[in-house]
Amino acid sequence: MRNAGIVIIGGGMAAARACINLRANDYDDSITLVSEENLLPYDRPPLSKASIVDEAAHEPVLLLDDGIVASLKVDVLLGKTVTAINRNEKSISLDGGSKISYTKLLIATGAKPRKLNCPGGEFALTLRDHKDTVNLRKKFQPGKKIVVIGGGFIGLELASSASKLGCTVSLIEAQPRILMRGVPEAIAKIVHDAHVAAGVTMIIGTGISHLTENAVHLTDGRVIAADTIIAGIGASPETKLAADAGLTIENGIACNARMQTSDPDIYAAGDCASFPHEHMGGKRIRLEAWRSAQEQAATAAANMLGGDKTHTNVPWFWSDQYDLSLQIAGSAELGPNTIMRIPSEGALVLFHMADDGAIKGVSGIGLGNSIGRDVKIAEMLIAKNAKPSADILADPAQPLKALLKG
Amino acid sequence: MTNWIDACAKDDVTEEDVIRFDHAGRTFAIYRSPDDKFYATDGLCTHEKIHLADGLVMDNIIECPKHNGRFDYTTGAAKGAPVCVNLKTYPVKVEGARVFINIA
Repeated sequence: MRNAGIVIIGGGMAAARACINLRANDYDDSITLVSEENLLPYDRPPLSKASIVDEAAHEPVLLLDDGIVASLKVDVLLGKTVTAINRNEKSISLDGGSKISYTKLLIATGAKPRKLNCPGGEFALTLRDHKDTVNLRKKFQPGKKIVVIGGGFIGLELASSASKLGCTVSLIEAQPRILMRGVPEAIAKIVHDAHVAAGVTMIIGTGISHLTENAVHLTDGRVIAADTIIAGIGASPETKLAADAGLTIENGIACNARMQTSDPDIYAAGDCASFPHEHMGGKRIRLEAWRSAQEQAATAAANMLGGDKTHTNVPWFWSDQYDLSLQIAGSAELGPNTIMRIPSEGALVLFHMADDGAIKGVSGIGLGNSIGRDVKIAEMLIAKNAKPSADILADPAQPLKALLKG
Repeated sequence: MTNWIDACAKDDVTEEDVIRFDHAGRTFAIYRSPDDKFYATDGLCTHEKIHLADGLVMDNIIECPKHNGRFDYTTGAAKGAPVCVNLKTYPVKVEGARVFINIA
């Protein structure tokens, strides 16, 4: 059996950043990264956007290319499936029967797209990895009828990409509006209107009865013809290995705020992990977010090396659709009182305030990067548990930066 | 070789802030630091070519508005994920009320 020092299961952002952070923290024993995919870790946000619509961006953007892998001295095992975590002997088993022992283990297995469970659900494609993107790119030919099921970020971004490429696009959402989870209605409406303006047929508040190969049958009897059907209806954390090994599972692999699982030698990071978060009211949360995956990996790396770092970064994520960019930080749910700011024409920033005046969340949308700066400052205020002046927040003539000095 | 270009008035940039300056098909970012010095860098983030002038300046750091990549604008040094390629910097001089950058 190989002795591999720290072992990382997974090949996404959290796995890649863990390698970088372990070395940045002066860890010099071996690191082994085991990924089921045949590609080195690459950036996933472009998969629904630039990698489809922009010919110059068809190739995956590697997070760890051969040069970085060599300089970090990471043993990368690609196309390998981990079949078991053997906690009693601190090892993992690979398909083919070999084992690798670990001193500390990081599970960064991500989340997999949920499957439609209606009859014919197997006709819907999903998007998780680069080969899915290559497949979708071939389907998104001008004039083709693309039906997207699910009005969350992946579904909306794919609808935007298909529309840009000249497809005839319909989007179906069973809820009363798109982006029900975590996005305020006023901002979801701007996104909705952008899709309508681009010619996407938005079918909202209607469920799916069943699929055939070339049609989506709705619960109200309508039939939507489709050359390609895609489901973007959320993702489930990849917890099977952890569950089989007896680790606690609670909406993901349950970690403490140090990203440590119920086994002190095993950590988890990224979409597969849940953890209590002080800026979310101490609630256990699981994030499917690019920046958080990086931050969780940094926390886990520091703690695997004996540190005592608590994960407190304010959750942040973004989505790009057409010319619009949306950014959200913190929790709209914890801030029932809304303050509105209009930093420029067509842009909208909402601050979500608790009853005691503390800022808990921010949601912004606008052309290009018109709201990035305001959202960033709000995120810093959330991190400080600040109670900023409502007058300044609402007045676009007053720069928000002054609030940071208070 | 020097090629000093009149980029902006001092008063166009507030303290601890940044503006965009386009010249001859290129785009730059002009910074005014908290200690009232001026700096210039390429205008686009080395990660995904986003205009840094839309970002936030804190002390000597510019943060990209798109994915929060950070640079020290006084040296161009990349300061953390997701950016790993440094930003090109340009010499700056102030004459009277005007700011010049050397883009040679």
